[in-house]
Amino acid sequence: MNRLTVSPSPHVHSGDSVKKNMYGVIIALLPALAASLYYFGLGAVIVTLTAVVSCVVFEWAIQKYLLKNESTILDGSAALTGLLLAFNMPSNLPIWIIIIGSLVAIGIGKMSFGGLGNNPFNPALVGRVFLLISFPVQMTLWPKPIESQMHYLDAETGATPLSVMKEGLANGETVSTLMSKIPSYTELFMGNMGGSAGEIAAIALLVGLIFMLIRKIITWHIPVAVIGSIAIFTGILNLVSPEQYAGPLFHLLTGGVMLGAIFMATDYVSSPMANKGMLIYGVGIGIITVVIRVFGAYPEGVSFAILIMNGFVPLIDKYVKPKRFGEVVKPAKA
Amino acid sequence: MSVVLITIISLGVLGALAAIILYFVAQKFKVFEDPRIDQVEEALPAANCGGCGFPGCRAFAEAMVKSDDISDLNCPVGGAETMSAAAAILGKEVSAAAPMVAVVRCNGTCENRPRVTEYDGATSCTIASSLYGGDTGCSNGCLGLGECVDACDFNAMYMDEETGLPVIKEDNCVSCGACVDACPKNIIELRKKGPKSRRIFVSCVNTDKGAPAKKACSAACIACKKCQKICPFDAITVENNLAYIDYDKCKLCRKCVAECPTNAIHMVNFPPPKPKVEKPVEEKAE
Amino acid sequence: MLKTFSLGGVHPAENKFSAGQKIEILPVPEQVSVPIAQHIGAPSEPIVKKGDEVKVGQLIAKSTGFVSANIHSPVSGKVFKIDNVLDASGYKKQAIIIKTEGDEWDESIDRSEELVKEITASPEEIVKKVGEAGIVGLGGATFPAHVKLSVPPGKTCDVLILNGVECEPYLTADHQLMMEKGDEIMVGTQILMKALKVEKAIIGIENNKPDAIKHMTDLASNYAGITIQALKVQYPQGGEKQLIDACIGRQIPSGKLPIEVGAVVQNVGTTLAVYEAIQKNKPLFERVVTVTGKSVSKPSNFMARVGTPLNQLIDAAGGLPEDTGKVIGGGPMMGKALSSTDVPITKGSSGILIMPNEIAKRAKVEPCIRCSKCVTVCPMGLSPYLLSTVSDKGIWDRAEEEKIMDCIECGSCSFTCPASRPLLDYIRLGKGNVGRIMRSRTK
Repeated sequence: MNRLTVSPSPHVHSGDSVKKNMYGVIIALLPALAASLYYFGLGAVIVTLTAVVSCVVFEWAIQKYLLKNESTILDGSAALTGLLLAFNMPSNLPIWIIIIGSLVAIGIGKMSFGGLGNNPFNPALVGRVFLLISFPVQMTLWPKPIESQMHYLDAETGATPLSVMKEGLANGETVSTLMSKIPSYTELFMGNMGGSAGEIAAIALLVGLIFMLIRKIITWHIPVAVIGSIAIFTGILNLVSPEQYAGPLFHLLTGGVMLGAIFMATDYVSSPMANKGMLIYGVGIGIITVVIRVFGAYPEGVSFAILIMNGFVPLIDKYVKPKRFGEVVKPAKA
Repeated sequence: MSVVLITIISLGVLGALAAIILYFVAQKFKVFEDPRIDQVEEALPAANCGGCGFPGCRAFAEAMVKSDDISDLNCPVGGAETMSAAAAILGKEVSAAAPMVAVVRCNGTCENRPRVTEYDGATSCTIASSLYGGDTGCSNGCLGLGECVDACDFNAMYMDEETGLPVIKEDNCVSCGACVDACPKNIIELRKKGPKSRRIFVSCVNTDKGAPAKKACSAACIACKKCQKICPFDAITVENNLAYIDYDKCKLCRKCVAECPTNAIHMVNFPPPKPKVEKPVEEKAE
Repeated sequence: MLKTFSLGGVHPAENKFSAGQKIEILPVPEQVSVPIAQHIGAPSEPIVKKGDEVKVGQLIAKSTGFVSANIHSPVSGKVFKIDNVLDASGYKKQAIIIKTEGDEWDESIDRSEELVKEITASPEEIVKKVGEAGIVGLGGATFPAHVKLSVPPGKTCDVLILNGVECEPYLTADHQLMMEKGDEIMVGTQILMKALKVEKAIIGIENNKPDAIKHMTDLASNYAGITIQALKVQYPQGGEKQLIDACIGRQIPSGKLPIEVGAVVQNVGTTLAVYEAIQKNKPLFERVVTVTGKSVSKPSNFMARVGTPLNQLIDAAGGLPEDTGKVIGGGPMMGKALSSTDVPITKGSSGILIMPNEIAKRAKVEPCIRCSKCVTVCPMGLSPYLLSTVSDKGIWDRAEEEKIMDCIECGSCSFTCPASRPLLDYIRLGKGNVGRIMRSRTK
């Protein structure tokens, strides 16, 4: 007979693992990937592959040569970061910029803090924002969907609905005239617009959300808080002055709101632990996003909003605790 | 021009105002501290290990300054040298404490002490010992999970992969006692370092009776009392099925070492025996 | 919708292999080893000595305080010795070892199967008798039952809740007891109701035992004041706090006992023991033990005497399988892994679970990815990830602030953790230390 194993209880495990969760998120991203391949074709393939491969390679190299510890690239987290980074970049971005972005995302955003589980900020967003600030021109050239299916660097570019709106409003045009210059809501919902490779198709991202909720990979709190607060905030602005501020549906379906709310803000490591904290965090992201979009200099603010709220997570975790058992005392019946 | 002037004047006034406020606040909340505390702290090793029983070197320095009789205070890290230096600053007398060193009183190597179960929990001796007696038949012995090594701030311990037991690097050990507190089985003891670092101790803490102790570990003390009988200095007591050598009485004659049937008594730093010990080591247990 | 408790919870695979197995009476062992510490509280004091003749049910060790329990001889025979023997955790504990001769019961015990419905004892007599019979919580916690029945002055109890949940996977002892000894449990419930002076009793049973729910509901119609509450399957519903919350929607405040919300909880097995003690004058010296596991050839429920060697039970269930990797005393969530099968069963042994090698070992520990799943499943609304970290680092004041003492050690956090972190291991360590610090403060 074997030697008996002795360990503290519990003696059974749910079978859940880090790997399962990471690959779960990757699976949830597949519809969006399909949409991105459909709209941006060749460019999307090159950008996605480059980002994923370089992220995995950088993680492997840093662990092997700098940290000299066991490689964890198989847990899927580096691939996930690469995928999310690709989804946050235009599909005509040169390969060398993508590689720099991956290095920043993995090297600075993740490994410099101690690797998986220790990064205070979402690594993919760290990479993305670094690129946005360092290469503002390349990062804001948006290939036209469908037309650029067979093109990569030479893709014909156009404006995103958000930049159309931003510039138009700045030039004194009204929301209703601007709305006629951008695709209809149905097309926005299907993703037929300029934008980052993976953020365009709201429908595909929502399918991913449903998958993650069913598999209990994430809870509803963060996506609902982000989307809800953006809808309410822009709704109020729109009610106050409909010709000056676009409506909630426009804001939700354009730019990175869906990708941000469903996949970026819900990143385990850089989001709060308690449900109440998640709601506060989500609402914060929503409000900052709208403030940047409507009052700020950039047409889009989801990435910045998430990074800013990432910084507040330790504070939220310290002061917002889960609801404790026995907190609400129901008096015994006499 | 006037803008520059206004800026300079307003900032200057603000700065001066802040300086005045700061000065008065500093005066009001000034705490008098004996300057000798700083001096004594300077003389201490600044390891902040807590080996002296105080929260850190500064607290120890304060205690040295405040108490009149400092003979019961000792900095094990700095040793006699540091203590006399610190005492000299204060003009106080200090009795030189004998240098101590930590010893691991367990020789339950993988060879001596077969594993009977497998522990599969958090890597923490405290957790393992609160769960059960350990993965060997000896419920007193070392669990080998290295909590003492983690507790050591002086890089004076490591786990020997082969034996599964912690080893103390004598040169680094400052006898702060962190490992002693960390060990849930109370295996590690601070003992007198001894002349030329020579010392003799019972490397076992098993309190079982002879037969089960021997069954669990071939190097266990079986409480046969042979060492007690042979010791010419009454340094050895056998209590609770376990022999213990009083390091103050032990004269390092090494008779017990040769007498012990299970080789549970260890001697360290003695030169290799020149004249062979005449009596072969007995192997009979009881 | 079915009731359950309000916060957290998990649903481990049930694996009730021994469900529906009739309770088999195990032959009297040749020798028993009865530990004197089988309950929470002070160990008992042996009152027999080597060579004494004892009968079944005779008092052999006396309770040494209010929170302590009497121990009765499970067999008749001669006291062989009183010695320190290895207990399930590999430490030596004092035990009374008795060599069996025949099976002669104490004359005062009524051994007939007849159901005695009429309760003649007064409430005070019941509490006293329960204490004398050495009855402890048989769900596994082994808290002396008479202590719970003694409502402290100034507090009132208005409802008795019986725990028929058996939320631990694998175990079926309580389930089988309800099926076979339903009437006795009903009378036992009435005895407890009388002792507590309450009009209402609720028996909580999880939905995965529809036969028990139906059987007990049918029986309850013959007894006044007893209702059956079907509950959604959710671990740890058998926890006292969770069960009260699930049945009557009252939450016990932090650091308080169930009596604070006017409830007393007893296990159904304990209730049966109370019935036997009051109506049949039979003290607690035997109990139902489930012997089960994936590779066990004959998963069974046994009625076994306290002190019976574990090996005898395992042999009766078809022997220790080849691939055994772990033997657990109790269920897989809160049970204790045993370092040897050469130990006796005690009053708290609700089951013996034999796990094959392939699932005996834990998965490799990975870094915490802050997925917050442990927070979601914690039935006490704590933050296990944080408690385990501060315990590991020894930050005891923070651990206390974060209510580490509220932890019921159900293991839901470790069960769920995708990174397989030993959360509960560290929390338990922290609880021990914080508890010690808090006690030293009140002294």
